[in-house]
Amino acid sequence: MADETPKPEELIQIDHRPPKTDWMDVPVNIRKGMYCYASNPKSVEYLGLPNARQWNPLDDDWQLPENWQEIIHEGFKERLEKYRSFRVFMDICVRCGACSDKCHYYIGTGDPKNMPVLRAELLRSVYRNDFTRMGKILGKINGARPMSLDVLKEWWYYLFQCSECRRCSLFCPYGIDTAEITIMGRELLNLLGLNIDWIATPVANCYRTGNHLGIQPHAFKDMLDFFVEDIEEITSVQVDYNINKKGADILFITPSGDVFADPGTYTAMGYLMLFHYLKEKFGLDVTWSTYGSEGGNFGFFTSHETMKRLNSKMYAEAKRLGVKWILGGECGHMWRVINQYMDTMNGPTDFLEVPVSPITGTVFENARSNKMVHIAEFTADLIKHDKLDLDPSRNDHLKVTFHDSCNPARGMGIFDEPRYVIENVCNNFYDMPANTIRENTFCCGSGAGLNAGENMELRLTGGLPRANAVKHVHERHGVNMLACICAIDRAALPPLMEYWVPEVDVTGLHEMVANALIMPGENERSTDLRGEDIPGREIVEEAQEESEVDSEEQADEQ
Amino acid sequence: MGNSLKGLIEKKKKDIVKLWFEATIQTYAPDTAKFYTGQKDPFANPVGHTTAEAIPHLLDQLLSDLDSDAIKSHLDPIIRIRAAQDFSASQATAFIFKLKDVIRACLPDELKEASRLKELLAFESRIDRLGLMAFDLYMACREKIYEIAANETRNQTFRAFKRAGLIVEPSEQPPKVKGAKP
Repeated sequence: MADETPKPEELIQIDHRPPKTDWMDVPVNIRKGMYCYASNPKSVEYLGLPNARQWNPLDDDWQLPENWQEIIHEGFKERLEKYRSFRVFMDICVRCGACSDKCHYYIGTGDPKNMPVLRAELLRSVYRNDFTRMGKILGKINGARPMSLDVLKEWWYYLFQCSECRRCSLFCPYGIDTAEITIMGRELLNLLGLNIDWIATPVANCYRTGNHLGIQPHAFKDMLDFFVEDIEEITSVQVDYNINKKGADILFITPSGDVFADPGTYTAMGYLMLFHYLKEKFGLDVTWSTYGSEGGNFGFFTSHETMKRLNSKMYAEAKRLGVKWILGGECGHMWRVINQYMDTMNGPTDFLEVPVSPITGTVFENARSNKMVHIAEFTADLIKHDKLDLDPSRNDHLKVTFHDSCNPARGMGIFDEPRYVIENVCNNFYDMPANTIRENTFCCGSGAGLNAGENMELRLTGGLPRANAVKHVHERHGVNMLACICAIDRAALPPLMEYWVPEVDVTGLHEMVANALIMPGENERSTDLRGEDIPGREIVEEAQEESEVDSEEQADEQ
Repeated sequence: MGNSLKGLIEKKKKDIVKLWFEATIQTYAPDTAKFYTGQKDPFANPVGHTTAEAIPHLLDQLLSDLDSDAIKSHLDPIIRIRAAQDFSASQATAFIFKLKDVIRACLPDELKEASRLKELLAFESRIDRLGLMAFDLYMACREKIYEIAANETRNQTFRAFKRAGLIVEPSEQPPKVKGAKP
């Protein structure tokens, strides 16, 4: 056997620097931890989407239809003709690089193909080749390249490393929205059945059963009943709620994550308590729905048509129940869909009324057309009009910061309402640095259907810029609670914190509201909604225990 | 310290820190290395900032008493990042050993003296110890990542189902089975 041990002079030659290669010549390397599993064919089939089959991203053969290149070309052409913005975004980029270092995935992974400009170039290179004269003549010199299996794999790998958060679009001097390019790219991939399962199966579940997890109506109601029991244990108040109630004033729709996944469940308890309080004090008539049991819309990450189909349930249920308007819970992408697309897709909503708070009389002008109000606005308005009895000192053990979820922040401009609510329900609030919040907010790293378990490295590196800012306020101010208004955040931020800033926990806004809310007829609370002692309020019990211990010791001595 | 190797390193500390940082950052793609070096805002560039913050502290520790707690506090943030990024174990930790090249490059004449050899070997052993600590931290981070991934589903759904009473656990009293002998 030959001695393959490197000589010292050979060892010194080893260079740890990656080679300087043009991005087009760097082959895609689908790496474990960075990609999500392929869609389950049953889910794809259920939705009637094309090319349902078993396939594995790590296999050489992706089981593509024979004419897959033609399908992509025709799909590309159709979308360029249909969406003017898409064609403009393909044409006008001058590759100035202003967006390049603004993406959390690029900042965290360091992979140049996660620069928004390069992610968009993945599509643009094929666009130039297929649809522009210069690209056809000059080829690679013009940044053009034909579609090939390697290019397709590169599309798939990197388009599912974009959370469509739109931070990059803030910095583009031309206003190119790279998220829309990702959205189009994912639509094209779906024409070949190349979705990820973390998206495809929730979409199928949502379409069939009404929510991402496929929880059936009776189990949905069981969960709410269980919350009622828990709330009674903590506050001694038995809250009353409506479900599927015809003729209620308001329909409430929230992501199912709030009902089924911790710590979102505590936020769901918060909604129940708030609605009960408002019913007791002001006669507010809100109903939950098992048909409209999902605010989230992973169809948004699949195709426009799929998004529309899932979204249509909201208005259909509002019509069926005969409510006046819809109140929406704490969710991220749900609000992007509602604020930017819902009215166009499934409106007009002439069967609903312009939303007015029956308690304060406030007209929610911004929801005049789509008839749907964000609960942070609704609650902020109640506090502003002094309609809630609050004891913020119950949250005194918390030092809170707020993560602006990308979609409510950049997609609809909700910045001040959640902060206003937080500052009224707790006494210690510290914002993170300015270039990491509000419209500049950094994504949780798990948005747009990327919060699976198998792509944990992607999520942790993508979430690094957010976690880094949390770490700063933790070290400077002792922040121990990260508040947010998004169900995916509530699922994605706890593991992110566990890795980068384990001292910080995650809460929804209305969990904090409910912890501070003084319910009519409630007992003095010793624990919060999580069943954890509220520091300073558990003294009575301890003192009792101590006296018991003392008396036992005395008895022993005797 | 005076004329000792440590003294010489101390004198050239600024250059050594600069080159060590560059060698570390150049493990990234060229465009990324440029960004991680050039962007000075700690919140716009956590990777570059964390690396730049830690490197001088690590050198200080090598020059002083290798206090393991102090080293961990400076080494952990870099390794935590590199353990989650697209690096193998050796790529993630190789930057520690790059310091040997950097020191040789910064003190070429001084290290020619035969009398320096013993000191150099001793100092390089300290670098090796730092490397071993980096291995431990790297492994702890990788284990943490797997632990987080494994626990996530359980924490999110199983707990909620359990609380909802949708999961039936074995009762305290085992069921009586017909015909079973005690």
